[in-house]
Amino acid sequence: LEASATTPRGGRSVLERSPLARLPDQVLQWGLTGLAGLILILLAYFFVRLIGESGDTFNRFGLGFVFGNDWDPSRNIYRGAALVVGTLVTSGIALVIGVPVAVGTALFLNEVCPRRARAPLALLVDLLAAVPSVVYGLWGVFVLAPKLLPVEKWFASTFSFIPWLGGGTPTLYNYFIAGLILAIMILPIISAIAREVIATVPSEHKEAALALGATRWEMIRMAVLPYSRSGITGGAMLGLGRAIGETIAVVLVIGNAPTIGHHIFSQGYTLAAVIANEFGEAANTPIHSSALFAAGLVLFVLTLVVNIVARWFVSRGTRSRPPRRGTGGTGITVAAAGSER
Amino acid sequence: MSAIGMPTVSARRRRTDVIMRGTLCAAAVIALIPLVFVVYYLIKKGIGSWSGQFFTSDPNGNFLGYPGGVRSALLGTLEIVALATLIAVPVGIGVALYLTEYGKNSLFANVVRYFVDVMTGVPSIVFGLFIYIVLVLAHVGGGFTAWKGSIALSLLMLPVVTRAAEVVLLLVPDHLREAALALGSPRWRVVTRVVLPTAGPGLVTGSLLAVARGMGETAPLLFTTAGAFGLTFNLGAQMNALPLQIFNDITSPRQAVIDRAWGAALTLVVLVLIFNLIARAFSRKSRMT
Repeated sequence: LEASATTPRGGRSVLERSPLARLPDQVLQWGLTGLAGLILILLAYFFVRLIGESGDTFNRFGLGFVFGNDWDPSRNIYRGAALVVGTLVTSGIALVIGVPVAVGTALFLNEVCPRRARAPLALLVDLLAAVPSVVYGLWGVFVLAPKLLPVEKWFASTFSFIPWLGGGTPTLYNYFIAGLILAIMILPIISAIAREVIATVPSEHKEAALALGATRWEMIRMAVLPYSRSGITGGAMLGLGRAIGETIAVVLVIGNAPTIGHHIFSQGYTLAAVIANEFGEAANTPIHSSALFAAGLVLFVLTLVVNIVARWFVSRGTRSRPPRRGTGGTGITVAAAGSER
Repeated sequence: MSAIGMPTVSARRRRTDVIMRGTLCAAAVIALIPLVFVVYYLIKKGIGSWSGQFFTSDPNGNFLGYPGGVRSALLGTLEIVALATLIAVPVGIGVALYLTEYGKNSLFANVVRYFVDVMTGVPSIVFGLFIYIVLVLAHVGGGFTAWKGSIALSLLMLPVVTRAAEVVLLLVPDHLREAALALGSPRWRVVTRVVLPTAGPGLVTGSLLAVARGMGETAPLLFTTAGAFGLTFNLGAQMNALPLQIFNDITSPRQAVIDRAWGAALTLVVLVLIFNLIARAFSRKSRMT
């Protein structure tokens, strides 16, 4: 560094530099701070504009926009309960299918799988996240939906006694197909966070369990899972946020019918799908556009709440902390008890 | 428990252990099944439409004959993403520099950090709506234009860049900063000559992952660049992009157009994969130094 050359004998403190020489420093500091502040301002501005643009809809329909069930652009009536239900049902299906598989994958990669196979397998799971959603949509439309239709029909007629699941006639595009594709899409994120959280389980806990004679699964059940439960919950909720907001893959396989389906194999609609699908025709009808902005606002607030709760869980789960009172203790005592069984 | 030596594990516990290990292994296999199927069908249905003509012709919208290829979409994607990267990477790294070099654990820095995190969870379609309301409805420099799509994408990419950059900037050892400061170099020199070069490969990784993420997004482009058929290098006009073209082709009744969608999807996945792999190569490099 040439700094020593510019420092005369005796040295100068930074403060003694001429104001001109200190200028770049201040420009950098305030420039970067401004940049950071700009993001907050931008987010706030977007939020305010979104509220402003959807104001018409909420003035006209009030909470009926969320709770009323009648979405009919031809009569200019926008009560979107069917969209909200569709969003919740598809994300729910995604969680029910995705979370067990993702957590199982994470446990397998971190605790069971041979060390050598770990990195390549983890890379493959990560690649699931690299596939763009429009490609999942394409695959869903031309491969998954047609191939699963016979299976769905068989399932629905065989298990017709189960409410919500069976009894109806499956349509080609439906809640289940959308939920299944969402499950595939959120799997890598849940699994990545679960792996991160599981990696923070102190090895003392695991070694203690093994030393007391626990089998590997007992070690997972008694040392790993109790410790990482909070972080895994957070990861699942981040996945939920992703599922709620996913648009393109869903709009292609949900069927786009603004009604509340009676079972999971009936077609529906989601908040995100309605925006992508009706956006073109809405451009000339101000109230229709406004209704779509309102759908965007509901979506935004929903994902915001889910994400905030999720972050809270994850930060609770990964924070380096002394083992919670009881966690280590119960784990080990239960492991000991388990060895007697 | 046997008296001395190997503790015996009861058959029931051993069975449970084997079954549960098998279940976990099955979960991992199930997780990979969709990947295998997606890749299999992409190659099976997509490779057939790849040809010289496929990459050198634009979609033409004719009802008969060859429907055209993906040239305008491929170049459009690259143009839009390049501009988005030019916006997102400097701003994203700038914010990360603020967080690690100046803000640290101050209240304002934590608020910024929190909202950058929140931004990663905002659905891409909502960013599209934001830009639609602020720039397209307001007719800032025309209606639907490619550069508005770039801005929407850059909003998506920004938190990815910032989060990745913050992690690697924090890894730069403090003694390097202190050594440079002790030699009398001003703060901005420390940042530009010591901190940024040290974190270099890691910053590249984060940026490339953000590029890969932005490349595949459809929803934000739908409301901002709107798509087109012809090839254009004018960022102030409507522009075609691979995800947009695939999305529009899926609903076509023509088999030739659907085949083109598969070919375009394969192209897009290969493109995203290339950026992902380059990013990983850089991250390995940064881990070695």
